[in-house]
Amino acid sequence: MNNSYEHKPKLVPYPSNAFVPERDIGKRPVLEVNHLGIDFGGLTAVDDFSIIVGRTEIAGLIGPNGAGKTTVFNLLTNVYHPTRGSILVDGMSTAGKSTHQVNHMGIARTFQNIRLFSNLSVLDNVKVGLHNSMKENFFAAVTHSFGYGKAEKKADAQALEFLDFFHMADLANAPAGSLPYGAQRRLEIARALATSPKIILLDEPAAGMNPSETAELMENIRRIRDNFGIAVMLIEHDMKLVMNICEGICVLDHGKVIAKGTPDEIKSNPKVVEAYLGKAKEA
Amino acid sequence: MAKNIFKNAIKKAFSKDALTIYFVIAIYAVISVMLYGGFASRQLTNMLISVSCYIVLAVSLNLVVGLLGELSLGHAGFMSVGLFSGCLFSMWTVDLLPMIVRLPLSMIFGGLFAAVVGFVVGLPALRLKGDYLAIVTLACGEIIKNVITNLEITGGALGLTTNNSDAFIYSKPKELLPYAIVLVLVTVVVMMNIKKSRHGRAIMAIRDNRIAAEATGINVTYYKLIVFILAAFFAGAAGVLYGHSFANIKPATFNYNMSIEILVIVVLGGMGSINGSIIAAIALRALPEMLREFSDYRMLAYSILLIAIMLLNSNAKFNELKSKMSLKNILSLLKTKKAKKGGAKQ
Repeated sequence: MNNSYEHKPKLVPYPSNAFVPERDIGKRPVLEVNHLGIDFGGLTAVDDFSIIVGRTEIAGLIGPNGAGKTTVFNLLTNVYHPTRGSILVDGMSTAGKSTHQVNHMGIARTFQNIRLFSNLSVLDNVKVGLHNSMKENFFAAVTHSFGYGKAEKKADAQALEFLDFFHMADLANAPAGSLPYGAQRRLEIARALATSPKIILLDEPAAGMNPSETAELMENIRRIRDNFGIAVMLIEHDMKLVMNICEGICVLDHGKVIAKGTPDEIKSNPKVVEAYLGKAKEA
Repeated sequence: MAKNIFKNAIKKAFSKDALTIYFVIAIYAVISVMLYGGFASRQLTNMLISVSCYIVLAVSLNLVVGLLGELSLGHAGFMSVGLFSGCLFSMWTVDLLPMIVRLPLSMIFGGLFAAVVGFVVGLPALRLKGDYLAIVTLACGEIIKNVITNLEITGGALGLTTNNSDAFIYSKPKELLPYAIVLVLVTVVVMMNIKKSRHGRAIMAIRDNRIAAEATGINVTYYKLIVFILAAFFAGAAGVLYGHSFANIKPATFNYNMSIEILVIVVLGGMGSINGSIIAAIALRALPEMLREFSDYRMLAYSILLIAIMLLNSNAKFNELKSKMSLKNILSLLKTKKAKKGGAKQ
């Protein structure tokens, strides 16, 4: 009879499919996404999406067209608010935050179709990225005094550093809209980096690039991780790029994760092959 | 180091912005000499204050239309809010304060009142974009007009009489001109300075690509509101000045036609261009005064002007010509010529 008062907790190991690079062991992952999902009316665009990205991991998100990859990015940056699931950036939940607040928390992104401030100069584009790290208040801005000059000078120097990182400091004063395609892509990354993120999301960074430009991009992505010590997550269709630089890869099909693992595991996964090429006919 | 500072100072003194200010000061210097020396014709004298007000209105609307890229058609409404509140404040304090204190104070009061109304209108309206925002601001302007028409305190449809013997705030252009000069200069400097600060960059980033601006960490709603409030403040302050230059102000004057007039100035002067707004304000206010006989056709002319600018601006050949004829280009051409001459000598 007294059994009901006896305290007998039973714990089971929580199934965690968290993979992070070896060097990130022991550090809190920069991004933890649990069972994320969104419905547009009756359509489930993304369902049960979970991923963990390590501190300095280069993660890949691949999948056939219409799999919901960009939707995942939009969910991570709260452009769409998820119907289900949770997102933790460096341990903090982004629920209920607006897009700019998510940026303050440490997620920066680029866009599939380049979105630059095309009427502003290249330098000013990066300086917009520095907006929140600049402390000049409205009064200083209106009067151009009280630390305005100092703040602007510092921002100029910082912005030039970011441009120099992508070897485009000489283009600083050109209007952003006049840049060639590859430079526009790089500028978008520079602008995202200027917001001092913890993780940067790149949406098809190699789209429309020739092989030599793609090679340069791969080098740049590695340099971003090494120099800034941040994580990179990218959507890409160029398999050569993905297999060469990504450490963890997540494959999405019809809004669902069908495979996760290292490049080698993904390459040999029959489900992935099926999603991309279709089912093999039974002989 | 000292040489560098000196060099920077010179560079600053000859920058494009500084040139605009010199240009405004020069115009006003000439006008002041004419006015106080007694050379100014009646027509010019009567025009002065209204042109100054329109410069302030156009430059402040340019912040919304040119920098933020949103169409606001209720600027005359904000102006009238500032005008009536500021003028009433001025009437109440006319016995207490001398003009030099009273007028700036009532300008600030009117401006703040207009800013509050701008905030109240802007809070729900700025969730809208493009055409929808234009329609809502248009409606708000009309609502403001009708509310003021039906208020007893502002004299109803008959309007406010400023040359009443017990509250005489009406002032002649000669008395108002110094205030007008200061107001125009303050507006121009504030707008130019904002444009070149992190706040201005954020505003222009929102204009160029709202989604990217948001993803870059810019609080879009906050900046839209700030722009709306700031524009309303200066419109209100200009309204107070405008009100003091008329013996009787009817609320019906500040209707949709007036908002369009301000917009035409901004569009003609060029979106985002402060110099352009100033020049266009002078031209578009001075011309109707000179062509009084044809005043019936003014709105017709404005509409034709808007269509013409729209067509020309979307024309590639015209844009090419425009960039060739721009001051910057001409200056750089002169420089290269000089350099070539220098090279030949060596």
